[in-house]
Amino acid sequence: MLAAFVGFEMIRKVSPLLHTPLMSLTNAIASISVVGAILISGAGDSPTLSRVLGFIAVVSATTNLVSGYLITDRMLKMFKKREPAQK
Amino acid sequence: MNSAVPQVAAEAFGVYQALYIVAAACFILALKWMSSPVTARRGVLTAELGMLLAVVSTMMRHEVVTYQWIIGGLLLGAAIGVPLAMLMPMTHVPQRTAISQACGALASALIGTAEYYRTFPTGFTMAALMVETLLGFLTVTASCMAFGKLNEMLPSRPITFKGQTFFNLGVLAAALAVGIAIVMDPHNTMLFPVFVLLALIFGVLLIIPIGGADMPTVIALLNSYAGLSACAMGFALDNKLLIISGALDGSSGFILSIIMCKAMNRSFTNVLFGGFGQVQTSAAAGEQKPIRSATAEEAAQILASSSSVVIIPGYGMAVAQAQHKIRELSDSLTKKGVEVKFAIHPVAGRMPGHMNVLLAEADVPYDKLIEMDDINGEFGMTDVALIVGANDIVNPAAINDPASPIAGMPILDAYKARTVMVIKRGMSPGFAGIDNELYYMDKTLMLFGDAKSFVTELVKEVAAA
Repeated sequence: MLAAFVGFEMIRKVSPLLHTPLMSLTNAIASISVVGAILISGAGDSPTLSRVLGFIAVVSATTNLVSGYLITDRMLKMFKKREPAQK
Repeated sequence: MNSAVPQVAAEAFGVYQALYIVAAACFILALKWMSSPVTARRGVLTAELGMLLAVVSTMMRHEVVTYQWIIGGLLLGAAIGVPLAMLMPMTHVPQRTAISQACGALASALIGTAEYYRTFPTGFTMAALMVETLLGFLTVTASCMAFGKLNEMLPSRPITFKGQTFFNLGVLAAALAVGIAIVMDPHNTMLFPVFVLLALIFGVLLIIPIGGADMPTVIALLNSYAGLSACAMGFALDNKLLIISGALDGSSGFILSIIMCKAMNRSFTNVLFGGFGQVQTSAAAGEQKPIRSATAEEAAQILASSSSVVIIPGYGMAVAQAQHKIRELSDSLTKKGVEVKFAIHPVAGRMPGHMNVLLAEADVPYDKLIEMDDINGEFGMTDVALIVGANDIVNPAAINDPASPIAGMPILDAYKARTVMVIKRGMSPGFAGIDNELYYMDKTLMLFGDAKSFVTELVKEVAAA
């Protein structure tokens, strides 16, 4: 797949310095499955079982999404070049 | 969107397809920007934007009619996710990643299940759905097991038993067989729970034999599975955005795990099926070899009078939370005119890039963190290599002893430095269970103690020196 190839090229360029943030970012992107979860739990014709499963899926995908993004950002905030004024 | 056809449905279709493409483009850009620390934060923002677009445009789709469940789910998920991200200490990042992965995989597995019971699809869609569900469920339990091992609730040593590989493959084959049976006859609802159960069991079996040292590879691999699961979901639900982002994620996880494997000179299958660390008990039973140990005061004298020091952090530093103290040590040495660098092995710690994050948390500027290939040539000119809680990644047996289980694994050439100091709690071998001949070299000083308290003392003594 084209996307896989693009992904391949992108990741090869990422320095090991940023592997952890990269992992947590791709982890967060994996929660794109929230889209599927929304489709399932929002569809008008879903039976109850599907609706309940869809609801749990929305919850867990969102958990992954929110915490994934927040922690990636928190990590990246810490990566800074040496300030000239550093003691 | 300059379609002349005023049909509402067609219009909505076009709009959300366009938004999906924009969202996918956001993810690709985000990954591109992740390649440098300067642009990485912009990358995260872009990815967030892409996700927002994806969610909003999905909500606008005309198939989506009931909102109370979605909104409730989003709020609840956010309520769990925010504290999970904000309160987690940085040393626990590997665990957090594992648990978060379990959540993501659970979502895609449940969606597969829900879709199955909703539509009973056939043919290709059904096959994609089964792939999604299989990968999803096995990633759930595998991630939970990885979490348990990383959090030391489960023994991090590999657990193996006779015929394990055959048993594992047997379970996988059974799962695949049941999966194919379901694809042939989707209405056979009895089989589906069996399939789910087999996938869950396989996830557990997959992780049990994997030791702590291989966790970086496994986490990356599970990341890849979660992505592939989302990708399969994309085929099952005919949703291009899911396919694209799933594939991005799958390939990135896959590459990372290949990088990790290379860094340990092990093949993929070796990591997945190899019980690592149970073979070499015989080697460690040799005679008691002499070692030289030193006090913090002596070590500080040497450090303060040297001109270049390379610090090699390992998992032990993470466990002892010693990164802040190490930064203080590096600062006070720098003030005394000593050149301090950090050497980072690709698999140091429990996940890719683990050490970088910890040292960044302690405000070590990232241009001081040097990768293995770039620093190895410098060890010959280095006065002191200070090893903090690392073991296998500096073990010269990887080069000298072809019979060693880690033979051929690239290591940091700490043994070439004029003096080697090792901060360690005791003489116990590392996670690979291998004795380290570096400790018995004449120029090696063993500094016994907890990494954090020992480094604290070092800082004090260096300041006094």
